[in-house]
Amino acid sequence: MKQITVTVNGQPHTAEVEPRLLLVHYIRENLNLTGTHIGCDTSSCGACTILLDGKSVKSCTVLAVQANGKSVATVEGLCAPGAALHPIQEGFKENHGLHCGYCTPGMMMRAIELLEQNPNPTEEEIRWGISGNLCRCTGYNNIVKAIQYAGAKIRGEETPSTEPQFV
Amino acid sequence: MIAAEFNYEAPTTLDEAIALLQKYGDEAKILSGGHSLIPMMKLRFASPEHIIDINNIPGLSDITIEDQTLKIGALTREAQLEHSDVLKQHFPIFGDVTKLIADPQVRNMGTLGGNLAHGDAANDHPAVMMALNATVVATGPEGSREIPIDEFFYGFYTTALQPDDILTEIRIPLPGPGTGSAYHKLERKVGDYATAGVAVQLTLDSNGVVTYAGIGLTNVNPVPLRAARSEEALLGKTLSDEVIAEAAQYASEDCNPSSDLRGDEEYKRAMVGVLVKRMIHKAAERAMA
Repeated sequence: MKQITVTVNGQPHTAEVEPRLLLVHYIRENLNLTGTHIGCDTSSCGACTILLDGKSVKSCTVLAVQANGKSVATVEGLCAPGAALHPIQEGFKENHGLHCGYCTPGMMMRAIELLEQNPNPTEEEIRWGISGNLCRCTGYNNIVKAIQYAGAKIRGEETPSTEPQFV
Repeated sequence: MIAAEFNYEAPTTLDEAIALLQKYGDEAKILSGGHSLIPMMKLRFASPEHIIDINNIPGLSDITIEDQTLKIGALTREAQLEHSDVLKQHFPIFGDVTKLIADPQVRNMGTLGGNLAHGDAANDHPAVMMALNATVVATGPEGSREIPIDEFFYGFYTTALQPDDILTEIRIPLPGPGTGSAYHKLERKVGDYATAGVAVQLTLDSNGVVTYAGIGLTNVNPVPLRAARSEEALLGKTLSDEVIAEAAQYASEDCNPSSDLRGDEEYKRAMVGVLVKRMIHKAAERAMA
């Protein structure tokens, strides 16, 4: 067993863990933060995406011990209960960016880093930027719109229309 | 999926890490980005008894130019390579290759050193390193030594690294003026291994004569392959359609792809030829830009 201290959504947590414990299991089972999902368990689908020291990573392919001394951000940290939604949450809500919702936490955590690095991405840059996240409902058009909406909101610009586009 | 039990060590100096490797021998595996190793451990294809995590050792993720040599620390993440201004200026090939490696999250973890040390001919950097004529620095109990990239890959998952060696740096000679480089791989979808991949670096003199040609091939041979006959076919020539076609032909003949879900052998040989042509054109365009 190894002792680790990980700051999760601003709160430090100390635990004794087996080295083989995956970060996603630590988050879901030790901390009961089940907003982070396990999809493929093979670093393909991106449902388990969290921010590790601000970088989006797939927490099914990181050991909990690797997060020792680092900060983790999960979807639960985006806004306190009852508080205003984070722009990316608002973007997904306003644009119907989720169907079943399984990929949504990973999509949002990935989009946050994408918008930090590139506050005004083109549609192509967004699609490349979320190429490590799969939506099995294939709702990509609205996910792209949600990220564009969040980008505009973060930049302090007028948010784009949320009318559905039929193609 | 949960890996088999192992002992975890997180040294903070190279000396400490090497001492641990000496102690545990070939029962130990080095953890860098972990995005090849951890999946193998979860699938129980690998069950190392000891994991030596080198991520807490400082100084292994710098990109610098010194003595006409580009030096990249082994722990440099793919995402760092993707966005590095130094690399954009001198080696556009890194922009080509990194955006085709896995996906953004994996590139935030995966490292150049790990991509090479894994010893997998399906990985993309080995071919690039061949095209760029790189040297790998291995650090062990006796100190550091340089291993030319052509002497680095031994076979499937085996390299010139000894059990108590750590790959610490990659050195690439800075090319002269008139140099261009390019990489592309054919992939079925984001994150897939290459059906075939080709890396090319060319230097052209003021008359358009090729004075350096480096060509590496991805995932079409049991070990990463230098297309030596293709390089020779270009050297000393100007790039006519005939010369380029000859180089492409040699590469498709000299590789040894296996038929699998990504395509049969004949198809892969054909794709190697197509990609060699395209990457020669792209590298030459960049060389003349």
